[in-house]
Amino acid sequence: MNLLEEVIHYYQTNQAGFWQATQQHLVLSSAAMLISLVVGLPIGIWIAHRTRIAQVTINIFNSLRVIPSLAILFLVLPYLGLGFTPSLVALTFLAFTPVLINTYTGLRGVDRSVIESATGMGMSKKQILFQIEIPLAIPAIVTGIRIASVEVISSATLASFIGGGGLGDFITRGFALFDVPIMLVGAIPVALLALASESVWSIFLFLYQKPYAA
Amino acid sequence: MSYFFSNFSYVMQLFGQHLRMTLIVLFISLLISIPLGILVVRVRWLHGPVLSILGVIYTIPSLSLFVLLLPLFGLGLKPAIIALVAYAQLLLVRNWVIGLTSVDKAVLDAARGMGMSSWQRFIQIEFPLALPMLLAGTRLATLSTIGIGTIAAFINAGGLGVLLFQGVITSNYDKIVTGSIAVSALAIATNYLLRFFERRADLVIRGDAK
Repeated sequence: MNLLEEVIHYYQTNQAGFWQATQQHLVLSSAAMLISLVVGLPIGIWIAHRTRIAQVTINIFNSLRVIPSLAILFLVLPYLGLGFTPSLVALTFLAFTPVLINTYTGLRGVDRSVIESATGMGMSKKQILFQIEIPLAIPAIVTGIRIASVEVISSATLASFIGGGGLGDFITRGFALFDVPIMLVGAIPVALLALASESVWSIFLFLYQKPYAA
Repeated sequence: MSYFFSNFSYVMQLFGQHLRMTLIVLFISLLISIPLGILVVRVRWLHGPVLSILGVIYTIPSLSLFVLLLPLFGLGLKPAIIALVAYAQLLLVRNWVIGLTSVDKAVLDAARGMGMSSWQRFIQIEFPLALPMLLAGTRLATLSTIGIGTIAAFINAGGLGVLLFQGVITSNYDKIVTGSIAVSALAIATNYLLRFFERRADLVIRGDAK
């Protein structure tokens, strides 16, 4: 029996477990993304108009970004223990940084003269934010979301080590038995999920920017 | 932190392994990405396909890639280095290509007018002007190698990730904290050092260096 057949065979005999793990993986990743967006977007917008605070915040998060994701994920264990919530905390932290930094850079990158003409036309600060700054910053913001999504889907695999469940469970189980097909039942779908999320965001960006191209 | 002090030589040994793995990966990665970047700039139609392929590789989660390489290369340092080199290519090639294509065409025309050969133009003009971008790519690639290198401990490649995985499996929290601090210190120090070179190179090409 070749390797691929063994992978398919293991999947067919463990379908319920597979779909449960996939669901866990998606719930964990989406929850982390949702929280980091709800918190990260407003903070990013808020600091974009406050240079002093922004510099400090961005510098702190840029240095924190250097810390390997495995360390961040495993460091929650001594303080928060095993399970879903500790995994969620670590993943949210990992997603938060790219969301925050890209929201900030996107808004800062908006041409000053565009904002000045909007002010000249009598638009209020709120109107400028929602009708000019945010729409122009969308490509950068979405790029941040794209980076964060891939990071989260990929790190959610590591969450299996700290009891977060998900598709990483097949990788750890397979490794314990040294059974490569079981490991692949986890590894292949995770890779496909990451690529799918990357493609969805790229297509979204393409469609968003298309009306303005050329 | 008591783990760190009572197992100082073991931690240092793993630190050494991690550093060695990172340096090997960096060396091989540069050896591939520098010619690849030049090729992509010279043969324009390769730009899209090559960067897309590197982008796809970069997107694959590291634990997945290590597992996918398992049937082909087994366990140990070798598959880890292969995966890490593959990851580093996107960051290196992308930055190097941006650096090379942003060299002012007028400068290159002037060099041609002065009778410089294409090899001289590359060595004396394009390479130094694109160097800051190459160094920026190298910094990002090194940081990503240090980070993903911790996960490589899962496939017995050694390094500081060993402390993290052992700590989690045996619930030895001191070990997790020690491993995290050691690997973060390595990443922060590397970031600082390479950023210094990056700024230095930037000053040199602007003619501001003392």
